[in-house]
Amino acid sequence: MANSDSAFRRWLRGEVDLSAELRTAEMPAPPEGERYEPRHHPALIRMIARQSHRLYVALVAVLCVVLFTVLLLAAANLPAYGDAEAPTNNQVSERYVNQGVEETGALNAVAGMMLDYRAFNTLGESFVLFAALCVVTVLMTRGRRKHPLPSETDYADYYADPIVHTMCKVIIPVILVFGVYVLVNGHLSPGGGFSGGAILSSALIIYAMVWGDERAHGAIRESTVRRTAALALGFYAVSKTCSFYMAANGLTGVASPGVPGRIFSAGLILPLNVAVGLVVCCTMYSFYMFFRRGAL
Amino acid sequence: MSLVQSFPLFSIVLGLLCAVVCFVTPKQWGRRITLALLLASCVMQGWVLRFCYGNQAGYTYQLGHYPAPWGSEITAGLLEPGLGLLCSAVMLLAVIGGGRHIGHDVADGKQHLYWVAVDLTLSALLAMCYTNDIFTAYVFIEICTISACALLAVREGGRSLIASVRYMVFALIGSSLFLIGVVFTYAVTGQLLFPQLREAVAALWAAGTYRFAMTVAIALMTAGLAVKSGCFPFHGWLPDAHSQATTASSCILSGVIVKGYAVLLIKIIYRAIGAEVFMASGAQHVLLLLGIGGMVGCSIDAIFAKRLKVMIAFSSAAQIGYLFMGIGMGTAAGLTAALLQIVNHAITKPMLFLSGSQLADASHGRMDFPSLRGAGHRNVPAGILFTIGAVSMVGVPLLAGFIPKLYFAREAFTLGWQRWPVLLGLAVSTVLNVLYFLYTAVLIWLPQEADCRFKPVTPHWDEFVPGFVLAGLNVAMGIHPGPLVALIEKAVALLGR
Repeated sequence: MANSDSAFRRWLRGEVDLSAELRTAEMPAPPEGERYEPRHHPALIRMIARQSHRLYVALVAVLCVVLFTVLLLAAANLPAYGDAEAPTNNQVSERYVNQGVEETGALNAVAGMMLDYRAFNTLGESFVLFAALCVVTVLMTRGRRKHPLPSETDYADYYADPIVHTMCKVIIPVILVFGVYVLVNGHLSPGGGFSGGAILSSALIIYAMVWGDERAHGAIRESTVRRTAALALGFYAVSKTCSFYMAANGLTGVASPGVPGRIFSAGLILPLNVAVGLVVCCTMYSFYMFFRRGAL
Repeated sequence: MSLVQSFPLFSIVLGLLCAVVCFVTPKQWGRRITLALLLASCVMQGWVLRFCYGNQAGYTYQLGHYPAPWGSEITAGLLEPGLGLLCSAVMLLAVIGGGRHIGHDVADGKQHLYWVAVDLTLSALLAMCYTNDIFTAYVFIEICTISACALLAVREGGRSLIASVRYMVFALIGSSLFLIGVVFTYAVTGQLLFPQLREAVAALWAAGTYRFAMTVAIALMTAGLAVKSGCFPFHGWLPDAHSQATTASSCILSGVIVKGYAVLLIKIIYRAIGAEVFMASGAQHVLLLLGIGGMVGCSIDAIFAKRLKVMIAFSSAAQIGYLFMGIGMGTAAGLTAALLQIVNHAITKPMLFLSGSQLADASHGRMDFPSLRGAGHRNVPAGILFTIGAVSMVGVPLLAGFIPKLYFAREAFTLGWQRWPVLLGLAVSTVLNVLYFLYTAVLIWLPQEADCRFKPVTPHWDEFVPGFVLAGLNVAMGIHPGPLVALIEKAVALLGR
């Protein structure tokens, strides 16, 4: 780059042959895959490169050790696990535990926290999944594909195996029912949107593995997956914004906690759990299909 | 509670909803929806800014039926809607100005995803500005990171995949450092909302318990956000990311996304940790030195750059250095200068990227300097815009770039040992800026060779009008910075309260 610098100085001195100077500065980019060969003092430059690489590795090792030590020391400085005097056992968690059932109507305190006390964060988290879905779509649907995806025959053909095939016919409906159970009982028992959605998507993924991608693609349309995810996210965003807006203006929501323990209770938590579950299910199934066949 | 106070929430959710709608509608709708969203967001942020300026006070907005330590909140002072307005306006101008490139660079089947990513980015940036809850901040940092990755990866060909993977690696390191910092902070304070957190941290610091864990948490959060905003020496992803992305993505990434993280860092320092505790931890000195290192080091990298967009990208990293130097001064006036630098860079850098890529278009898409010779004659509006931007970056008076430098230098004289490093950094960085920016500005106006193979182009209105709007803002800020400075000083005063 001394080139452009000195070119500039020469231009300042009034020599207008800058263009010629610049043309010599123009270096054709080395073709891809070819190693860069320095023009001047190749041996010296290679030696410097080797040494600086060694220095780099040494610095990285030192940095890792330092970071490791500092993080361990800091973790040792944290309050002990289960310590009753720990700062986290304050009025915040006290209210979540003691008044959670009464205020949110959810027997599952985690669901109450996630979808009622801190519903805005969970809204963001479901959109993190959505953003990830978009990026995977962007990355996997590339126009000019250099390496074609492996074809069906490159994988084990599970459909041909009668044991796998027959067992899956039995298992998939059971998994689906279990997923729906976990999803809609999220406010009553451990589970909820994230775990229920993952279970539902596992049933769909098993279906796609055994019966083949093409058949799964025919049965579960791309537009269905996309619209389901979009509707679920839209429902979450709109319903929760209404709830926030009403709360900010001092109105009590239409959704009441109801009788804790009933299936239709806990206000918005049940529909929000279903929405989150659908988003998780669509995202995970789409990930599988994108990495498997390059399209939904 | 008046309707305007709900606008921050509405604009965040509207961004998310528009992203969802763009995801399922045909591609020609995506552009219209996004333009409408950005325009609506500008109006809403402007309205909130006017409301807060009229009241001379901020407000917090409770999200849900549960008050502060239990539910989440967003807050608006003068800083938040001001930066929200800046983000929305710059993104609007960037997608208008880079619109033709998006059509060219992005495959037809993926255009709707580009608009999804733009909408998500806007929403995440607004949420990062307005949030009053450290965990909400983390969630929206993630959304911003992932959608920025989509903005980069959406262009096919070239090294865009490598660039986006590199960006992803850096961004994830930043996110995980930040997350570990949040976890440590929560473990020793038991709070997530900024006001309660600040009280708890102050009490903890006064009592002297868990001081090591708290110091590490502060360092991790600061380092995480610094990595994500491309602070020297973590700027390795910037040049590739910018030179490989489509024009609008470069503008958005450099103009607003990297600033979003810096703004969040400012909010965390002044609202969540508390300025006293942060300054006592000594982290500000590290930021100051890294900032000065970036101002000088990245400028040298920019001189050695062989391609126009890489040069502008390294200049971005150098300008981020100014910003961190301002935060690292640790005084209200230093923060004012840093915020002025945010405004200056957010309006100047997109102008440079827009006009730079149009100059490259006038040279058959080539970005190496020999091909750009005389490009100003082939596309006169772009040449004029590039020259204004370059001169402003150097820091010539009557243009925006001069104002933050002036305030940095003025503040430097009130500091202790930091005075000489700051002044020296400013001087060296300015000289280096002259070298590469003026060189390029002269190069594009050199007479063309007789056998020049590039033909003049006729620019369309949508290519240069956004640039001239930004140039107008730039000149206005340079000639009459008074109102802006007054606004930022009030915002800083409100921030620390």
